[in-house]
Amino acid sequence: MVMDDKKLQVSAIKNGTVIDHIPANSLFKVIHILGLEKIESQMTFGSNFESKRLGLKAIIKLADIFFMDDDINKIALVAPEAKLNIIKDYKVVEKKIVEVPDTVTGIAKCGNPKCITNHEGIVTKFAVVSKKKVAIKCHYCEKITDSEHMEIF
Amino acid sequence: MENKNLVSITDYSKEEIFEILDLAADFEKNPNQNLLDNKVIATLFFEPSTRTRLSFESAISRLGGKYIGFTDASSSSVSKGESLKDTIMTVANYSDMIIMRHPIEGSARWASEVSRVPVVNAGDGANQHPTQTLLDLYSIRKTQGTLDNLDIFFVGDLKYGRTVHSLLQAMAMFNTTYHFISPKELRIPDEYKLFLDRKGLKYHEHREFDGIISDADIIYMTRIQRERFSDPMEYEKTKNSYVLKNGMLDNTKSNMKVLHPLPRVNEIDTDVDENEKAYYFTQALNGVYTRQAIITHILGLKK
Ligand SMILES: [Zn+2]
Repeated sequence: MVMDDKKLQVSAIKNGTVIDHIPANSLFKVIHILGLEKIESQMTFGSNFESKRLGLKAIIKLADIFFMDDDINKIALVAPEAKLNIIKDYKVVEKKIVEVPDTVTGIAKCGNPKCITNHEGIVTKFAVVSKKKVAIKCHYCEKITDSEHMEIF
Repeated sequence: MENKNLVSITDYSKEEIFEILDLAADFEKNPNQNLLDNKVIATLFFEPSTRTRLSFESAISRLGGKYIGFTDASSSSVSKGESLKDTIMTVANYSDMIIMRHPIEGSARWASEVSRVPVVNAGDGANQHPTQTLLDLYSIRKTQGTLDNLDIFFVGDLKYGRTVHSLLQAMAMFNTTYHFISPKELRIPDEYKLFLDRKGLKYHEHREFDGIISDADIIYMTRIQRERFSDPMEYEKTKNSYVLKNGMLDNTKSNMKVLHPLPRVNEIDTDVDENEKAYYFTQALNGVYTRQAIITHILGLKK
């Protein structure tokens, strides 16, 4: 993959979505959360680009893929500053930012080793108790997990 | 809102808490009522807790009900590796209500989601023990005539003591002023201080116990356990600093009462027992009435 280091050839896809401003160390988590391992359309991603805000950032370009807001907001846990460009006919027709959702189901692992969700096959559920510095409260054990200790399935 | 289960004290509104406390007062006047005729209650103790189990079994017996269950996990199919879900779904077929104690946090919530009969949490690890909280609330209201605007002093292990955490949350509905007295290693966790900050409630933290309790309406004592200390020397140094002695009660308010979730080890001198301000044994008796109220309220047997 050849990339001009300043511009990531956003216009190179005809129709689709570009996800920018992903912290580099969250790239694979984002891919996993969005289920991109399973898609069949073209996907290009790059990582460890310099970013003033994030240090090192990653970018994902997806041909012919568009997301519902609820789905894309799931990545806010690991990429709260991510930005989306929606491409139609080689042009950016819409820009979106992700929003931290009020609840999180089945993505994150509870940080409490004594929680029932870490002992039995249960889909985790959390209420988001802080959106700035993301912190989630387990529906089961009622303990709070902050972004530093958050593990994604 | 009527709850089908009792998993966490925070699921209950002020109104519903009062309904249960009023029912408990009725059972105190008239403890033997055959409301559980032909009902079977399962008491599943995945870890032993003799005191809580006996209190529940007494409550069920006074209501004329029958109970089935086990007293620790080693005597049940759990020791053969059965999942909690399977145990609960099976026992729900045999009973009208499940009362459970389990060492894993969140287990009661999970059980309430897979059970077709109501679930009452009798303690899930360090998380919740809501029937204890309700009996504490009952004891406070009975002795103070109100739950509003009280000064409550929590003493001892405020880090791991789940009875402290649940009571603290419940009392936040009543404009309580909190005083936290503990060794440094066992001080109240920040998340509870943040919770009180958000509610705009006053709290004070102290390292010293003696000489600061003259404003107390309630002193809530807890046990300090050796295994909670990373440094055994720290335990030896602090264990005697948080002991309530009879002489310390001289300059306290006349309405003041000493509560303790029991069992006690040495954190309350036995000569306090004779003091009229000692209330912990009556508190344990109130537990039976409160549990009668919880069971009949959830099963819709008494309004
Ligand atoms: Zn949990």
